[in-house]
Amino acid sequence: MNRNDTGISKGIDVSLIWLYLLLVMVGIMAIFAVTYKEGDAVLASFFSFKTDYSKQMYYFFIAFVLGIFILLTDSKFFTATANIWYALGIVMLLLVFPFHSRVKGTESIIRFGGFQFQPAEFCKVCVCLALAKYLSLPNLDFSKTRSQLIAAGIVLLPSMLTILQSETGLALVYFSFFIVMYREGLPATVLVVGFSLAALVVATLLVDKNVLAVALTVVAALVGYIIYRQSRRKRGILTKVVFIWIICVGIQRFGVPFVFKHVMQPYQVERIFSTIGRDIPEEYQKTGSKQELQKPGKKDVDYNVKQSKIAIGSGGFTGKGLLKGTQTRYDFVPEQRTDFIFCTIGEGFGFIGTTVLLGIYMLLLFRIVAVAERQRSVFSRCYAYGVAAVLFFHVTINICMTIGLAPVIGIPLPFISYGGTALLTFTILLFILIRLDADRQMVLR
Amino acid sequence: MPVFNQSRSYIIRLIFIIAFLVMLGQLLNLQIISGKYQKLAADNAIFKKTVYPSRGIVFDRKKKAIVNNVLMYDLMVTPSEVKNVDTAYLCQLLEIDTAEFKSRIIEAIVKNGRYRPSSFEGLLTQEKYARLQENMWRFEDKGFFLQDRLVRTFPFNAGAHFMGYTGEVDSGIIARSEGFYLPGDYVGRTGLEAYYEKVLMGQRGLQYLIKDHRNRLVGSYDNGSLDQKAISGRGLNTYVDIEIQQLAEKLLTNKIGAIIAIEPKTGGIIAMASGPTFNPNDLTGADFKKTYGKFVLDVSRPLLNRAIKGQYPPGSTYKPIGALIGLDEGVINQNSGIGCTGAYYGCARPVRCTEKWAGHSGNLRQSIAHSCNSFFSMTYRLTVDNPKIGNVKKGYAKWKEYMNAFGYGNPLGVDLPSEDRGNIPDTTRYNKVYRGAWNSCTNVTLGIGQDMMLATPVQIANAMCIIANKGYFYTPHFVKEIENETKEDSVLNRFRTRHQIPVHISNSDYEDVIDGMEDVTIVGTAAGIPKIPGINICAKTGTAENKIVLDGRALQLKDHSLFACFAPREDPKIAIAVIVENGGFGSTWAGPMAYLMIEKYLTDSLRADRAKEVDRIASTNLMPGYLPRLQYKEDSARAYFYFNLTKDSNYIKKYLHKGYTPPPVKKEQDTPKTRVVYRKPELFEPEKGFLIRKKNATV
Repeated sequence: MNRNDTGISKGIDVSLIWLYLLLVMVGIMAIFAVTYKEGDAVLASFFSFKTDYSKQMYYFFIAFVLGIFILLTDSKFFTATANIWYALGIVMLLLVFPFHSRVKGTESIIRFGGFQFQPAEFCKVCVCLALAKYLSLPNLDFSKTRSQLIAAGIVLLPSMLTILQSETGLALVYFSFFIVMYREGLPATVLVVGFSLAALVVATLLVDKNVLAVALTVVAALVGYIIYRQSRRKRGILTKVVFIWIICVGIQRFGVPFVFKHVMQPYQVERIFSTIGRDIPEEYQKTGSKQELQKPGKKDVDYNVKQSKIAIGSGGFTGKGLLKGTQTRYDFVPEQRTDFIFCTIGEGFGFIGTTVLLGIYMLLLFRIVAVAERQRSVFSRCYAYGVAAVLFFHVTINICMTIGLAPVIGIPLPFISYGGTALLTFTILLFILIRLDADRQMVLR
Repeated sequence: MPVFNQSRSYIIRLIFIIAFLVMLGQLLNLQIISGKYQKLAADNAIFKKTVYPSRGIVFDRKKKAIVNNVLMYDLMVTPSEVKNVDTAYLCQLLEIDTAEFKSRIIEAIVKNGRYRPSSFEGLLTQEKYARLQENMWRFEDKGFFLQDRLVRTFPFNAGAHFMGYTGEVDSGIIARSEGFYLPGDYVGRTGLEAYYEKVLMGQRGLQYLIKDHRNRLVGSYDNGSLDQKAISGRGLNTYVDIEIQQLAEKLLTNKIGAIIAIEPKTGGIIAMASGPTFNPNDLTGADFKKTYGKFVLDVSRPLLNRAIKGQYPPGSTYKPIGALIGLDEGVINQNSGIGCTGAYYGCARPVRCTEKWAGHSGNLRQSIAHSCNSFFSMTYRLTVDNPKIGNVKKGYAKWKEYMNAFGYGNPLGVDLPSEDRGNIPDTTRYNKVYRGAWNSCTNVTLGIGQDMMLATPVQIANAMCIIANKGYFYTPHFVKEIENETKEDSVLNRFRTRHQIPVHISNSDYEDVIDGMEDVTIVGTAAGIPKIPGINICAKTGTAENKIVLDGRALQLKDHSLFACFAPREDPKIAIAVIVENGGFGSTWAGPMAYLMIEKYLTDSLRADRAKEVDRIASTNLMPGYLPRLQYKEDSARAYFYFNLTKDSNYIKKYLHKGYTPPPVKKEQDTPKTRVVYRKPELFEPEKGFLIRKKNATV
């Protein structure tokens, strides 16, 4: 009874807020560890707004105030305005094209006054709301291909726009929403086919093309033979096997090289091949890019990852301690306040630190999934899964990138990486969820 | 309400768990299993900076510093930071042109990379440093800075030969030291600097510094808890009297030769000079490369320390020893004499003597005083033909035993590297040369310090010490003690043991010889040299024949002037050997030099007229006349070699020029008319080893 009377805090999932605060604090500490210079007055510079950790702290204040505002709103507000948010997000993404300012090779940032804003980052919230809204439409039959395509369209439109702004990393994030769709009934075959395709592409890059072609043929022949033996009359299945085989070999022999050669940027090709640790084969190289790649004095493309692995690896079991990490303190790892912030934790706190951090993220994700599953409204559940999917994608790809398991795509580590927009976006994302969850008892939406 | 999809929530959670386990696995691999990353990180970020200790200071016997350290400056450059520099002005200050500027920057980049400082100009001269210092503000933030370095300096401009010089270690030294020396270390290359390297060097310190991703140093690692402080080298207290050393070097100006003065009671070397002399400061600091190159190519070989490396026929300075051997063997006594009429006729070919008047060889004392060749030829023959021993070969072996006892024929073990042994040939050597058929007449000139006998100046001086001490000596050495000496410093023990010579010669024999040697300065060959009042000098002059082969002809050169002595007779405090190559009679140049040394050392000053005498000797040029010709031959041969190597005719252009005439061999003036003939002594060719070495290189 008491809980019902306490207004704003009613129904709030406190554990999510605690996990959020914990992660933000870890983030500020990590940024502090990177940018603190010996002799700085710690307290003074924390409030000076001149250092990065101080800025991050102010961003956090702003984000937290905003979060409280969100908690003060009615949860109906978000269901009602989801489509407007989506429209707003798309408009902002489009506005980027004429108004973007060049910052560090990206074309995705709008600048007004002294502030920078990255719509591609913020648009995640809009997409999450819009997808939830669409999937929760009362008369939607998600088993129909048409509705599946519309859902995919909602997700992929901003993704395409983001790719056009040379932010491949952020664009890839939108693919995580397929997890939500899967939860809501997207056939498992789509995911299976997706994974298989991914596996095929990876295999293409790793294995010699002729060997792979032979292997595929053998597998296809075996499958075909077994099916033929078992049911001689179903000729149709056999045709399907042949069809799949043709597609697989086609992708492997022509599709992947074509995409690498004509669609992707040279630096992306480099990053992908540096991740799997191979030289770029000739058929994947863009014409004319060869000379540029072999230019003397150019830093190794895998320099970042190498330094990042050294930083994390040198942390050992217990780590070197806060402010003691030589790798991260002296700028060996590029972008270490933002995308490579995980190195700081790896070097400073070792295996224990990284495991604890992974554990916190694990708790957060499981908590969100648990929250999602207790929702009575489809909108809330879809939204919650959206949040979980986005966070999962960010965490996994970012950490895999720093430990050399994924190619370097610039996406931040949620709540920890330095950057106002990112922190604000994730805060809004999470606090809307908390707001929705607080009202889970209210109505069946 | 798609309740049937509830199970998919577990699949999603499973995906999460798998992804996290994969990451955890990789983290486990990186942080715990792999183990190589700690080292990689340390290599990345920790820079071990060697802190060079200051080298030990060398003091003379009056505690004046012979060698000290002085702060010099290198102009360093960090190529990546060079921007908007007033290049023209900097070039003007350094006296270089812009092309040189560019090539030095490129050299720096090649050497140490773009982001690390390298030397732009090492060891700036005083003027350049002064000019730069004033204008450093122009260049300071633009990649240039001054780096201080300790460099050796010789405040008295003396002691070059025995001190040696320091230089950067080469790959050979690094390999031999088994990792003790590292590139960039400075090490003593010759002289005391090399011999006492371990003492002087001190202990390198190590500073752990942190560098950032551009190799810039950003501070100390872990607050310097791992740093090791550099321990500066310990000093050496020597027996050298730097003023005597200065005098000796002054006397040898423009002369080839050597002066060495030893304190007989301790074996301490008071002065050791070698001519041609040079200022040791020329081999430190900025001028090292230039000077060193010049010296190496000079045929008069200024870098050779002739006091320990010069091998001269001792000539008449051997005679006191010959007399002692004869007396001890009992073949002569103090009353022995010979009726010398200007030559020794005991053998088929006469041995000429400079004196022919009756009574110059009436007894031992007179014979020493007047340096009678006949008497000492006879003594030598009597010694080796001693019927008590048997045959000449056994007799010769006995004689050689005596000679070795007196320190001839073997290195003495002076505390300098690469001392030469001189030459007292074995019987096998004579057997080989004369196919076994030789007798005391064959090498009779050994009796007057010629034939194959060779000695280094330090051996001659040491023999004087033995006579002065009447039978014992300390190995000549420079260093009296090491600062803060501990028991581990065993290097000096060898010099503190008194060596009784293995043959026992009675005191009366010594007295007889010393009487003769004193007479040398009173009535004998050195009587013409003005006396030092109150000091009785015992001496022996020497005049040694020599010649060289030049342009295929044997060239008889003016005799070497030798002088060996000790003083005062009653309580010998200094023993000296002086050799002036091609100086003529012993009493002409070597004698007066020794007298000046003695006067300066024993009375601590020189009389006014003696100071003038110093200037007279110093201003006399006794450089042999064949040197320009020899220099020409070497230079042209070298030029031809490089021409062959590079096909660049610039090397030989100078020699092909029509108007160019090679320098002729200057005629020797006033060669002494009387000289020892008979068998030609083995030639002393100071350039011999050098020529052979060069020949291999040039042809």
